[in-house]
Amino acid sequence: MVPLDWYLALSAAVFAIGVLGFLTRRNIIIMFMSVELMLNAVNISLISFSHYLQDMRGQVFVFFVITVAAAEAAIGLALIIALFRNKATAHVDEMNEMKG
Amino acid sequence: MLPKLFFGYFAAVIVILSLLVVTRRNPVHSVMWMLLLFFHVAGMYLFLNAEFIAAIQVIVYAGAILVLFLFVVLLLNLREELKTERFITSWPAGLAVSFAILVSILSALRSFLPGPVGSYTVELVQKETDTRVLGRVLYTQYLFPFEIASLVLLISIIGAIVLAKKRMRS
Repeated sequence: MVPLDWYLALSAAVFAIGVLGFLTRRNIIIMFMSVELMLNAVNISLISFSHYLQDMRGQVFVFFVITVAAAEAAIGLALIIALFRNKATAHVDEMNEMKG
Repeated sequence: MLPKLFFGYFAAVIVILSLLVVTRRNPVHSVMWMLLLFFHVAGMYLFLNAEFIAAIQVIVYAGAILVLFLFVVLLLNLREELKTERFITSWPAGLAVSFAILVSILSALRSFLPGPVGSYTVELVQKETDTRVLGRVLYTQYLFPFEIASLVLLISIIGAIVLAKKRMRS
């Protein structure tokens, strides 16, 4: 039997890598993928809680997280397309004005 | 011994693949590594007796969200991306913040105590199948959040169309 702590440590590692990608990359698409990575890390910990605490609520939460992730991906990628149409760049440090 | 071996394989591959996702220069390569990562996460869900979640991980994440990412990457034509610098100039600050998050979560884990166990034992879930048990919980106890989820998806469809369509010249 694998201890629950191992799963939580794996989840923490993937979450930290997601934070690293979000904070250090310049490409907005990779930053967005890092957010998806963080959501997946949380999902791993929720599923392992659901298994080890013998409760279905963890899996219900993961269901809703995946729904919100799908909605967020659609909206976020539409925003990226709108940004690219205005500025013709995917680098976040070149987006330094609020005028559209 | 064998479960630990399985866990070790999946954990090592997931960590290596997520490092590859955040460090590759070409966004298409990142998307491809992320596809492999999602399949391994789905394998880990199967390992934790969550077949339905593993299936929707493959269908929704690998099948829908990543294809959307791939479409956007190919649509934007990021030719100059391959020549410019990958990371921001103050990347050590980001590395320090993420390392601090990792250390603080890992040190909090040492004093972590799990709560009381619920009534859905592994035997019950295996006898009734995961999908049926999850559906029963979702359609009774969590019916209203389920309805709100449909509203969230509707709003995201409308928002994506409004944001991505070409602006009319008036």
